[in-house]
Amino acid sequence: MNQLASRRDMLKGGGALVVAFSFSGPIPEALAQGAAASNALPLTEVDSFLSIDPAGMCTVYSGKVDLGTGVRTALTQIAAEELDLPLSAVTLVQGDTLLTPDQGTTWGSLSIQVGGMQIRNAAATAKDALLEEAAKRLGVKKEDLTVAEGVVRAGAKRVSYGELIGSKLFSLKLDPQKPAKAKDPKNYRIVGNSVQRLDIPDKVTGKFTYMQDFRLPDMLHGCVVRPPAFGAKLESVDETSIKEIPGIVKIVREGNFLGIVAENEWAAIKAARQIKVGWSQAETLPDPSKLWAYVRASKVAKEEVTSSTGNVGAALAEVGAKTITASYDFAVHTHGSIGPSCAVAEFKDGKLTSWSASQATHDLRKQLATMFRLSPGDVRCIYVEGSGCYGRNGHEDAAADAALLARAVGKPVRVQWSRADEHGWDPKGPPTLIDIRASVDGSGTVTAWDSEFFIPQQTAGSFQVPLVAATLAGLPADNVTAPANIFQNSAIPYRFANIRTVCHRLETTPFRPSWIRTPGRMQNTYANECFIDELAAAAGTDPIEFRLRYLDSGDKRGIETLNRVAELAKWDKRASPKKSSGDMVAGRGVAYCKYELSRTYIAAVAEVEVDRKTGVIRVPRFYIAHDCGQIINPDGLRNQIEGNVMQTVSRTLLEELKFDRSMVTSLDWESYPILRFPDIPEIVIELIDRPTERPWGAGEPTSAVVPSAISNAVFDATGVRLRSVPYTPDKVKEALKA
Amino acid sequence: MPKPTQLNVNGKSVTITVDDPDMPLLYALRDNLGLHGPRFGCGLGQCGACTVHVEGKAVRSCQIPLSSIAAKQKVVTLEGLAQGNKLHNVQRAFIVEQAVQCGYCINGMIMEAAAFLAKNKKPSEADIKQALANNLCRCGTHARIVRAVKRAAAVA
Repeated sequence: MNQLASRRDMLKGGGALVVAFSFSGPIPEALAQGAAASNALPLTEVDSFLSIDPAGMCTVYSGKVDLGTGVRTALTQIAAEELDLPLSAVTLVQGDTLLTPDQGTTWGSLSIQVGGMQIRNAAATAKDALLEEAAKRLGVKKEDLTVAEGVVRAGAKRVSYGELIGSKLFSLKLDPQKPAKAKDPKNYRIVGNSVQRLDIPDKVTGKFTYMQDFRLPDMLHGCVVRPPAFGAKLESVDETSIKEIPGIVKIVREGNFLGIVAENEWAAIKAARQIKVGWSQAETLPDPSKLWAYVRASKVAKEEVTSSTGNVGAALAEVGAKTITASYDFAVHTHGSIGPSCAVAEFKDGKLTSWSASQATHDLRKQLATMFRLSPGDVRCIYVEGSGCYGRNGHEDAAADAALLARAVGKPVRVQWSRADEHGWDPKGPPTLIDIRASVDGSGTVTAWDSEFFIPQQTAGSFQVPLVAATLAGLPADNVTAPANIFQNSAIPYRFANIRTVCHRLETTPFRPSWIRTPGRMQNTYANECFIDELAAAAGTDPIEFRLRYLDSGDKRGIETLNRVAELAKWDKRASPKKSSGDMVAGRGVAYCKYELSRTYIAAVAEVEVDRKTGVIRVPRFYIAHDCGQIINPDGLRNQIEGNVMQTVSRTLLEELKFDRSMVTSLDWESYPILRFPDIPEIVIELIDRPTERPWGAGEPTSAVVPSAISNAVFDATGVRLRSVPYTPDKVKEALKA
Repeated sequence: MPKPTQLNVNGKSVTITVDDPDMPLLYALRDNLGLHGPRFGCGLGQCGACTVHVEGKAVRSCQIPLSSIAAKQKVVTLEGLAQGNKLHNVQRAFIVEQAVQCGYCINGMIMEAAAFLAKNKKPSEADIKQALANNLCRCGTHARIVRAVKRAAAVA
């Protein structure tokens, strides 16, 4: 744990404020309290975000964590750039509730847009103060100073950052409303460059320590024996059924939670497979063949009107208007992390320390404190990078499992979920159903757009998905529904005279919901961008031209993004469908999105081939134009965009969680197939860099346009609309027959 | 009863003590020998994250009982692929192409590709994709991985 040198020890060593910043205040209370702090470090203090030691080495404390996206490198670039330090002088500490501020869950493509800008502001404020102090020490005007590699110079005089501040607190306030003047992008040396990722050398040589590799001395291994059905009750446990397995330490039974702790991992796995357990029967899931009827009939907890212009009802009733309607559905998906969730927990002196790959260690701390009736100050959650998670998968649940088992045996316990645990028990991307209708007048103009989204509710004020172990064991937990902000992108970027977009927030949904990459934005954009394409086809108009006709003419960046993808793809301008014949047909489709109608612009063109005989869709090529403002690391950005496309091609063509009335039945990669190498598309990307604009997110936006671009390309090729994701060969053949 | 078992891992002969001779090789490598290269992904031989070389052949270590590995059979993990400080061509190519996102599958990609390239000197892109068809990646790093393997093939 050397890399996580305790902030508290650092502060003890550094002592009180020494540097004579005239505007410095008292030491922040939470910082001074160190380990005892029950509140997160304040976002309003420079010291919460960074420190500089006597050797001039900077440590950045980031509440946002690297989930395998490379954002650790990008955040390091931002800090090094702003402080005029070499990249090698900056280390990033991530997601430790004791050491890092709570910058919110690492989600929503906000790590750079929000987290990075908080770090940039802290670094700019720190640098300004360092220059102020240097000017005093060197007896020159601040304007006459130059800085390079952490050394401030005025002619022959020089002083280093380490000499100016080394280990002392900055004690400077941050005002997000009035950020310090940051560096002019034209002077950037590090930001905007494709700096190689800092983690890759260790990841290709086996030196990297993932969460799954993390070990403590005297650590034991735990496995949880899962109920065979959601809601099943634990009735009996035959402890003798595993008595010949050496190394079993304890069978832990609490309510419907059953776990086994062993001296080694394999003993725990074997015992969990072998133990004889009696469970009650339970059938809490809907009949999968009637899923969409179930969703449609679910009780509405809240109606959420996400946009409203004009009078949709009147426009739809207009005499002579033609009404077009369509319904779209999007299957339940699992995160499918390649490494199942894993965590280690230790109870010591009434305090809990939890190591996990949680996206939200500060939230996890609150949840574990509730579960074990502890003060949040007695719980420390530490992030250790795991397998890519793409949202709230099982990491937090594994953390709760490990904590429950650790408490039972009084030693550190590691819990490694199995593949079936991960596929069966991670929270799911909820099933999404969308109805849209539009009216078109005699001149072919769209006069009304009326859409309804059937999506689960979001409990106000909480994004903490209930922990499985707390539920099973009957321990305290906040019973919330938290699929996150899945209403986003239900409203549309197109300007029709009459628009109404409504989310029916449903009281129940079949599976514990959570967010999976591009939550809601993907499903909602899918329906919107398919339907606008249906309207373009009905009007006999080229689908890009049709979109441009209705986009806000003042939104220049959006229009440019769409035009740039058309150029990039050498767009064949004409109405769809193409009217092809033969068994193998090809087509192209477009999709556009302004993420959350407020940030990153993405436009995509998909090329597809459809085998009419087998129903198999191939996607040989994808073109993406992407504008997320200032680009921190172009290659890192490309890597994210490529990942978005690959993963969403997989989700669109192949993925669907299977279940019966009791349980998930797709518990491995055979029953939940994902994209494989022979089927990957070529991806052609155009980055639109805007160095003087603020940076926006890129971890999710591209995914929003992938399903509809494929769908629209299939229509172009076949003349048939697919409206139910995934586009399995059976569904395609069925649609072609109709 | 715990039994001592001899293995040859990354060029060294080691003795480990295990209760169950049928424990998969993966757990011996990770838990008894503390190696991080081979990764637990599915335990079913479906994803490839646990891939190691046995006598130069890429195998799924989660599917191989320890008892089926003879003391003299050479087991090589990601940690043993480099020659001293000199990285294997495939490792170097993965760095040059930045062919990693979370990197959890990358052990399998590198081990599978290294074994494949040892036997196939001038593979086509389609050959490479086929060789990696049973290695799963969830982050969507596929295009970079293919480029990295092509690059390694070109310098081999």
